[in-house]
Amino acid sequence: MKLIDSTLKPEFTSMFDVEHIRADFPILKLQVGGKPLVYLDNAASSQMPQPVIDRLVRYQTSEHANINRGVHYLSEKATAEYEAARGKLQRFIHAREDREIIFTSGTTDSINLVMHGYGRKFIGAGDEIILTTLEHHSNIVPWQMLAEEKGAKIRVVPINEAGELLIDEYEKLFTERTKFVGVLHVSNALGTINPVRHMIAFAHARGVPVLVDGAQAVPHMEVDVQDLDCDFYAFSGHKLCGPTGIGVLYGKAELLERMQPFKGGGDMILSVTFEKTTYNSIPHKFEAGTPPIAAAVGLGAAVDYLSAIGVDAIAAYELELLDYATEQLSRLPGVRIIGTAASKTAVLSFVVEGVHPHDIGTLLNQDGIAVRTGHHCVQPVMLRLGVPATTRASFAFYNTMAEADAFIAGVRDVQKIFG
Amino acid sequence: MNTKSIYQEVILDHNKKPRNYGTLDSPSHHAVGHNPLCGDHLDVELNLDGDRIDSIAFHGESCAICKASASMMTTVVKGRSRTDAETMIKEFREMATGTLDPEGQHHLGRLKVFAGVRDLPTRVKCAILPWHTLHAALNSVNTTSTEAEGDPMRAAIGDA
Repeated sequence: MKLIDSTLKPEFTSMFDVEHIRADFPILKLQVGGKPLVYLDNAASSQMPQPVIDRLVRYQTSEHANINRGVHYLSEKATAEYEAARGKLQRFIHAREDREIIFTSGTTDSINLVMHGYGRKFIGAGDEIILTTLEHHSNIVPWQMLAEEKGAKIRVVPINEAGELLIDEYEKLFTERTKFVGVLHVSNALGTINPVRHMIAFAHARGVPVLVDGAQAVPHMEVDVQDLDCDFYAFSGHKLCGPTGIGVLYGKAELLERMQPFKGGGDMILSVTFEKTTYNSIPHKFEAGTPPIAAAVGLGAAVDYLSAIGVDAIAAYELELLDYATEQLSRLPGVRIIGTAASKTAVLSFVVEGVHPHDIGTLLNQDGIAVRTGHHCVQPVMLRLGVPATTRASFAFYNTMAEADAFIAGVRDVQKIFG
Repeated sequence: MNTKSIYQEVILDHNKKPRNYGTLDSPSHHAVGHNPLCGDHLDVELNLDGDRIDSIAFHGESCAICKASASMMTTVVKGRSRTDAETMIKEFREMATGTLDPEGQHHLGRLKVFAGVRDLPTRVKCAILPWHTLHAALNSVNTTSTEAEGDPMRAAIGDA
């Protein structure tokens, strides 16, 4: 692994050595239909660098057994590596304690844990939950299920045409019945970076806890959960150069301790009789059954990899990619960029006059270019902005300016074909 | 097969200038088809004169493959019997899913231009949606979906 000097300041990111970084990602050498792969679907899932692949192999080759059980060498080794991964994740998002890091199967699982563990205990009939128009379906549907079960209400923060939350309206939604706020840090469909720090402070002043869906933020910016002061923060491993099937729920220890367990089973108990079960302490209370140990270890290696490059350097380089691709794409007549927030990650959602996104996606694929097309699991956003679907190119730190050019040329070809 | 060939001239032309696009005044049969995966939807309206499709129209929001498939479908089933239409629905579905040889015996004529979708698994549903919807309309099922439980296509023509 060749890394750039982590002391580089963002203003020097033109020195960001993307070619060396690309050499770490074997999948980027792939040819698709005879063309080099141009992978611009990073908001859906990122690719895995060799050091993480190697770490998974090493774990399976010489470290695997079940955790928290055996007294034998491998069980102790696997337990130590699993807990070491928890520590890496704690430091990565600057949590105060490692017991505030709960391993889940992903962001969706993390949000469902909060809904069951916190929501079902502390939210009741007539209470109100504030969500935003930008939420991914995974931060809408669990709360709808809760609202239906409890007779609670969901109130929604509107957005403007640029895809930015209307913060005045957010503030007006608070009543004495407001019991919870769920907000995504970065919009998966539009790339909007939401002012969550301010939103959290506003909610806390009214005694309301806040869950932040950070699935699209953690891979692209420095996240400090203590600085944000969020009560819960959820994200996925597979968008972070890690494996699928692993994610994190960060929760403030005092809240996690007051919550009821989500899933029952082994590991989450201290003692079980048919008369009474005593639950384990956090984080184990929320990790019933054998967890995805290898995936957790792999995710630990992934955050090591990203930290060595430097998340700030990644953010600065991706911003250069975004600015360049945005400028090039805006020059094409008949193309409209959807999501023009002042503060964005490297996500370009767009529509092309007279061409359906699915046709764009199929044609770009002919050139080896992978993009996402459709409603991106945010139908309320599509409805609000008046587009049934978009095409989305989402960049990562291993993408290049040349790939941005290939993408723009591909869109131009599509326009020619549909002339 | 070069899948780019799915975007042949005839498909691009039907996408740009869809035939029988719009609504009928008082259709005897009608159905809406949805593809929940992409949010596309299609209305198919028709007037049956006895057993014959006297008139047919469609409208909706869809990709080029779906729209061209719908447009060409309306031109080939117009004036044909319900039985002929059902045969073409069955054959089109088989061709799109790769179980019917486009160069062999069938009644699809120039619709074989859609045979290439068999190599585009994510787009098969786009091509088939209009035919699903026509089948639903002929059988007076007013809403269908590419994801429908108890797939009406399956019920009528057996498991493809």
